[in-house]
Amino acid sequence: MKNLFFKGFLLLPLFAVGLFLTGCGNSQGGDSGKTTGGALASNVAEQVYVAPGEYDEFYAFFSGGFSGQVTVHGLPSGRLFKTIPVFSVDAEKAYGFNEETKPMLMTSHGFIPWDDSHHPELSQTNGETDGRWLFINANNTPRVARIDLSEFETVEIIEIPNSGGNHSSPFTTMNTEYVVAGTRFGVPYPQQDVAINEYADKFKATLSFIKVDPETGKMSIAFQVLLPAFDFDLAHSGKGDSHGWMFFSSYNTEEKHTLLEVEASQNDKDYIAAINWKKAEEYVKQGKFHEVSARYAHNFYDEETQQATSEMLNTVKVLIPEECPGLVYFLPTPKSPHGVDVDPTGEYIVGNGKLSANLTVHSFSKMLKAIENKAFETTIDGVPVLKFEEVVAGTVKDAGLGPLHTEFDGKGYAYTSFFISSEVVKWKLGTWEVADRAPTYYSIGHLMIPGGDSHKPQGKYLVAMNKITKDRYLPTGPELCHSAQLYDISGDKMKLLLDFPTMGEPHYAQGISADRIIPRQKKFYKLEENKHPHRTMGEKDARVERNGKEVHVYMTTIRSHFAPDNIEGIKVGDKVYFHVTNLEQDWDVPHGFAILGARTSELLVMPGQTETLVWEPKAEGVYPFYCTDFCSALHQEMQGYVRVSGSNANTPLKWSLGSNEEE
Amino acid sequence: MKWITSMAMFLLFGSFFFLGSCQQNQEQSAAADDSSTAQSVETKGQSAVQDPDSKPNILQIAQGSKDHTTLVAAVQAAGLEDVLVNAGPLTVFAPNNEAFAKLPEGTLETLTKPENKATLARIIKYHASPGKYTTDMLKDGMRLFQASGHYVKVERKDDGVYVDGAKILGTVEASNGIVHVVDKVMLPPEE
Repeated sequence: MKNLFFKGFLLLPLFAVGLFLTGCGNSQGGDSGKTTGGALASNVAEQVYVAPGEYDEFYAFFSGGFSGQVTVHGLPSGRLFKTIPVFSVDAEKAYGFNEETKPMLMTSHGFIPWDDSHHPELSQTNGETDGRWLFINANNTPRVARIDLSEFETVEIIEIPNSGGNHSSPFTTMNTEYVVAGTRFGVPYPQQDVAINEYADKFKATLSFIKVDPETGKMSIAFQVLLPAFDFDLAHSGKGDSHGWMFFSSYNTEEKHTLLEVEASQNDKDYIAAINWKKAEEYVKQGKFHEVSARYAHNFYDEETQQATSEMLNTVKVLIPEECPGLVYFLPTPKSPHGVDVDPTGEYIVGNGKLSANLTVHSFSKMLKAIENKAFETTIDGVPVLKFEEVVAGTVKDAGLGPLHTEFDGKGYAYTSFFISSEVVKWKLGTWEVADRAPTYYSIGHLMIPGGDSHKPQGKYLVAMNKITKDRYLPTGPELCHSAQLYDISGDKMKLLLDFPTMGEPHYAQGISADRIIPRQKKFYKLEENKHPHRTMGEKDARVERNGKEVHVYMTTIRSHFAPDNIEGIKVGDKVYFHVTNLEQDWDVPHGFAILGARTSELLVMPGQTETLVWEPKAEGVYPFYCTDFCSALHQEMQGYVRVSGSNANTPLKWSLGSNEEE
Repeated sequence: MKWITSMAMFLLFGSFFFLGSCQQNQEQSAAADDSSTAQSVETKGQSAVQDPDSKPNILQIAQGSKDHTTLVAAVQAAGLEDVLVNAGPLTVFAPNNEAFAKLPEGTLETLTKPENKATLARIIKYHASPGKYTTDMLKDGMRLFQASGHYVKVERKDDGVYVDGAKILGTVEASNGIVHVVDKVMLPPEE
């Protein structure tokens, strides 16, 4: 006993030393960037600490990459609030599973349950993020989606014809007049059976301009600009004086179709395509377009009927540069530029030549002068190529290796991500001097400053989205989460504050101060506004209707029961539609619905909403259903039964709630 | 054995050293920034949620009624506001002010004293049933289990529905249950 006590006494100071050693460790990050705690770390912790019940200052919307979705985090805490299903089905929310949302994922190729979502882009008014909508592109089967930020739901998806790999998308203009969709892959134009080695002749690239209705947000393809089959990579709109222009980066101007790793790196310079979209509007008005046949889906979720519909469209307007002088110019830009980023003033266009040691910055005013003076190097398919020396504003020399993307703080600085040298480099616009550099852990792809690609950045934080995670978190087997890192950029030097895990592979994010989103929030759907064709407005209307082999159950939910909760007279071979209306009119009281053997997901019905699950029972029996969302103290009592009889049985159709009478 | 002792002394000393340097750093950082993560966080219950849009909950219905000011004061004194805004579902038999006035003089004053908080809470809970019982569902002779742990009896008489001898005067649907206004304060059996 005495011995034990003594040992304990000995261990105590040992423990204490260990604690304080870590507690007081050098927390400046050093080369490893692993803040080990201590006083300095607690100072950093205060900057990201959001006390229980307090709100984050910013929303951050991350693309899910190969998850196909969007995730919503708070900054500076990094906390995850929601996954918004966009291009992939989501069994949790019944997105793509219930009858209402299945049409959202229709395409000209049929129903597609997945895509690769890349670049979220917030709508803007006067060049400022306005918190109305979030757009995001599908990379694989080219599409653009619109999310309504009053409810954080995907409400519209439009497919992009004459495109393959919708990567340079969906960047917006200053007043969300357009969001764009530039094709990464050249594709036969029109799509046809053709030898791949006829690439340079038969393949083309299109840059699509999607008109966004200023009131409703509804999207329509206004026109496509037909260009040589370069790989268009990213885009950003002009702002200020350059409002009215859109800039697209490209690589593979060699127009190769195999081993691009080598073949597409031959040219010393590729091009940034500058499109004068106001000019394009004039040409469209003058009728100088070609009405080209094309098949593409337009899916829209109607909030009143609470149902998505998919419409197949058949034509698109195409503008050909040779017929439309002044529509497109090429700005030569060294070595396969990835991001093309326009500074908040609209004067500087940064080409992040990913194989170049230097960053090339073009000047919009010089570009206009070069156009005026016809300072052309050559012309490609009717597109003048401007002389490099006549448009370049400056070069950021030896900034790092593998530049990808640049964002801006609105205080005269730019921040560029360097994949190969794994760092963020801060540099000054105009002088092109490097002001600071911060390592990332590891291999940064995109970076984001709230509003950092707009006319008015909210330059307090920077988020790095890293491609490689390795040892940053507790290991989870071979597949690791992607890691984001938060930097304080309010001072002269960037300060690493926080690592936080993200979902899928964020290719980009957008940030916005919470005060621009909160006032628009819906708490629930008003029952009296529910125009769903199969709604049930009260328990008295709950019923079951048979129409041949189709049975429609008009069911309601309210704490803590379904109406009806006993159903008999269903037969094997029936197709049973459960139209579940949540009668709650209270914030944060969804009800779920699942029935044994249903070969689909649950329903998760928000207050005031109606959703439909289809069930085709295969065998006789009595099957339970229940509420899947812990809704109330009597949630576990929220259940019911459906009796299924043989296909030739005479069991009468009946339904009830609270009836215990025996036959 | 001796080396162990000296080792222990060294470690003890060492730990004090680190303690000292650490405290100093913490003071410095506190001076640099007034806010501190060490501060305890004040948490508010669900009754503090601001939500004017949703259908009113039981507490909001009581608070919005001129005839239930005494009940609301008693609920507050018993610290039960959060319970009445919880997801429920709850059925609350809500005595109106007149019902409270029928209590022997001084009863309410005694019950609302801080030292009688538990007794008051028990009495209020005696007025609440887990589950949502509409008037139709209250059948003659039925027993209702109350949140206080007691059963009360439902009687259907010619002039109305009675619960534990209290007559239901009116009913209001709440988002988290239902409120039946009653003419009498129901008192649980003495413990």
